[in-house]
Amino acid sequence: MGLKSDRIVGHPSPRKEGRDKVTGQARYIDDISLPGMIYGATVRSQIPRGKIKKINFGPGLNWNDFVIVSAQDIPGKNYIALIANDQPCLADGIVNHPEEPILLLAHPDRHILPKAVAAVSIEYEILPAVLDIESSERKSPIIWGADNIFKSYLIEKGDVESIWEKAAHIVEGEYFTGAQEQLYIETNGVIAQFDPEQGVTVWGSLQCPYYVHKALMALCSLPENKVRVVQTETGGAFGGKEEYPSILAAHATLLAMKSRRPVKMIYDRQEDMTATTKRHPSRTRHRTAISADGKILGGEIDLTIDGGAYATLSSVVLSRATIHAGGPYYWPNVRIRAKAVATNTPPHGAFRGFGAPQSIFAIERHMDRIAQVVGLSPAEIRRVNFLKPGETTTTEQIVNEQIDLGKLLDRALDLADYESKKLRFAKENKVGTQKKGVGIAAFLHGAGFTGSGEQYLGSVAGIEGRADGSVHVLVSSTEFGQGTNTVLCQIAAEALDLPYESVGIAQPDTMEVPNSGPTVASRTAMVVGKLVESAARKLQRTLKDSGLLGETYTPEEFRDACSKYVSTHGQFREFARYEQPSEILWDDQNYRGAAYAAFSWAVYVAEVTVDLQTYRATVDDFVALQEVGRVLNPVLATGQIAGGVAQGIGFALYEKVEWHDGRMQNSQMTNYIMPTSADIPPIRVYFHELGNTYGAFGAKGIGELPMDGPAPAIVNAIEDALGLPFNSVPLLPEDIFDALTANSSAERDALLTAGTP
Amino acid sequence: MIAAKSKCELTLSVNGETKTVQAYPMERLLDVLRQEFGLTGTKEGCGEGECGACSVLMDGALVNSCLIPVLQAKGASIVTIEGLAGDSRARAVQDSFLEHGGAQCGICTPGMILAAVSLLNKRPEPSIEDIREGLAGNLCRCTGYIQIFEAVAEAARRSAAS
Repeated sequence: MGLKSDRIVGHPSPRKEGRDKVTGQARYIDDISLPGMIYGATVRSQIPRGKIKKINFGPGLNWNDFVIVSAQDIPGKNYIALIANDQPCLADGIVNHPEEPILLLAHPDRHILPKAVAAVSIEYEILPAVLDIESSERKSPIIWGADNIFKSYLIEKGDVESIWEKAAHIVEGEYFTGAQEQLYIETNGVIAQFDPEQGVTVWGSLQCPYYVHKALMALCSLPENKVRVVQTETGGAFGGKEEYPSILAAHATLLAMKSRRPVKMIYDRQEDMTATTKRHPSRTRHRTAISADGKILGGEIDLTIDGGAYATLSSVVLSRATIHAGGPYYWPNVRIRAKAVATNTPPHGAFRGFGAPQSIFAIERHMDRIAQVVGLSPAEIRRVNFLKPGETTTTEQIVNEQIDLGKLLDRALDLADYESKKLRFAKENKVGTQKKGVGIAAFLHGAGFTGSGEQYLGSVAGIEGRADGSVHVLVSSTEFGQGTNTVLCQIAAEALDLPYESVGIAQPDTMEVPNSGPTVASRTAMVVGKLVESAARKLQRTLKDSGLLGETYTPEEFRDACSKYVSTHGQFREFARYEQPSEILWDDQNYRGAAYAAFSWAVYVAEVTVDLQTYRATVDDFVALQEVGRVLNPVLATGQIAGGVAQGIGFALYEKVEWHDGRMQNSQMTNYIMPTSADIPPIRVYFHELGNTYGAFGAKGIGELPMDGPAPAIVNAIEDALGLPFNSVPLLPEDIFDALTANSSAERDALLTAGTP
Repeated sequence: MIAAKSKCELTLSVNGETKTVQAYPMERLLDVLRQEFGLTGTKEGCGEGECGACSVLMDGALVNSCLIPVLQAKGASIVTIEGLAGDSRARAVQDSFLEHGGAQCGICTPGMILAAVSLLNKRPEPSIEDIREGLAGNLCRCTGYIQIFEAVAEAARRSAAS
């Protein structure tokens, strides 16, 4: 499908807030001070599970100088309103995970707070805790609900029982992924202010102003017009500021209500890493029936994620993991059982990819295993099983996009020079200590909320013409680096036939902007962008219908018309509300139907070297090819992909959360290692564009996609280099060492002998 | 952290201006810059010298201001991101960051730009390896670094051409 060439969309318009960022003028939450502001801190649980017996305030501090808040000070509900409303704002008598907030302290001197937090000691009656998926499944003890299960899903397609006897091969595998910290460089932070007349105002580093708004209404028993939430410049989020800021905002609000002063709370790095959410650890089991020619006849997939101590977003993360578990392949018969279980660790939460990186790691490792069993190459096993237009996904959604995954694969292999590398490495690996390999991952990522989620949200976006003739986008969609401000202004400018520079975007402030939904799920460009486009066209239509604007116009004529309209009619805003296209049908009971309005598709190829002296795996080259509908801004889109791939490299090779009694032990940047500029290979980003009728100017989701593919592509490449299977990430040098020394196969001996210098 | 009980008076140059400040000797230069001088372009990312978000130039050398006790900066010349206004090399780097997507969320950007300027001051025509190494003390979680490398390489080319 050819895409029409637009004036602004598809071009690298400069980042709207870019100049402020490169000159240090952008104001993040910790750069802001209010008169009379004091500082808040949190006293947290030191144990995974127990009853609070007594709280002691130690000597050496004048506790009368502190504002102290406990669960008893909460005017409304003691929970963080989200889905299940099971997570307390402050522990009341019982704690369910290490770092659970118990008390809040505030003081005018921020430097005295760490000492005060340390001076509060808590006596507990310790209760037995559940610290991993297996113990949670054993239900001993039960720590949440009736069975430790937050949510389970079942997808059934065809007749799985019928396939086993027809199978030429039955291939089984078990795959694990670890927790991963979002590690935005700006830690969580907010400022809260309370006024008995005006209510509560919170400014903060956050993704979803209306999530915070909802949580504060319940917490404070205030009506919606007495709660105001404003997003300040946000220094990275990646899902880590989706649900967590509601807790921090709640805490600062309670301190502000009690002290009647503005309260700032900024986490230091250690607190941010130990107390806030991470990617859900996962375990996925596959049992797959394969025909003699390598076709998937069907299979069973059993997927479990560790949700931590409270339900938070686990049901939604699990949903995406479940729907993506089959990968971009055709399954005539499949049964997917999935569950999210409770453990006494801090709740796991949103992180770019939102369940899909976990289940796609499993299927993409499993495809390589199937290839070996069948005797096909990793490329061929994928090629024969790829979904084709007209076929159905595991939820029986008909693929109605004209995607040709075989061609996408061919192009990716070509760009990576895959075949010749494969031959060359097989030869070169016979000697020396540097073993090289190449690996593939093919995958898809659904854009927008799952199933009927978008319909339920009913997002609204607006556009405002102002008295000075300028135009501003009104959305609660937030900028945290991914380019929201820029692409939404590009879309509005394109729709209004105005220059990019003529369109601005309002600061997300619940008093000023409509609820365009949360900034998550790769939905901003596609779903919210489409609403902005519609609102802009309405605004243009209103001006034309009023007779102030001709059918064609210059930017000056538009400015003039807009200005005149405002002076005659007053406030000039047009809105558009999401309406589910009638053909997008989802059956939530049976988990069947159109899970997403559109999928993005990708094939990634990783090249690695494993050093047999240090056991370190390094990525040498990375090709990321994806079909994303329409690239709205090539510089920003490329940056999204490269950034996601780098996080994926971290997920695969570096970032390991060390747990002890449910608490993260390596909560510093010195011992939780993310990739530096020296660890990154050339990341070569390529796009294929097929358009998309449901997205603004053909756009689909892009933000999460690049998180899904790197880990399996890299681990597949490591297997190619060493001839040993690895089924979990992160894969650190010690894991590679263990596998090489534990495995006594002739193949391993041959490898090590060959490696002797 | 704050060892001495009483503040001392010390003088230093910040962005070309001589400043006198009352501070605890072990207070972090980062806090003095942000809180005493209102220079909030210098960011805190980790507080332990790993991420480089707090990078400033001290007597021309790139340092993590979270690791510098302010007493150590007595008499020194400090340049922060705000002090780069008007510097033509910095301007080239900033423009190039905007064009090539070198800044996303922006929180590492001031430190990254100072690191890039510091690198180009030493090596006006850096190789890609020089750039990777020169920026390895500054962490960025958004970009995957590739567009930052491109931005720095382009700024160097432009500076060489002008």
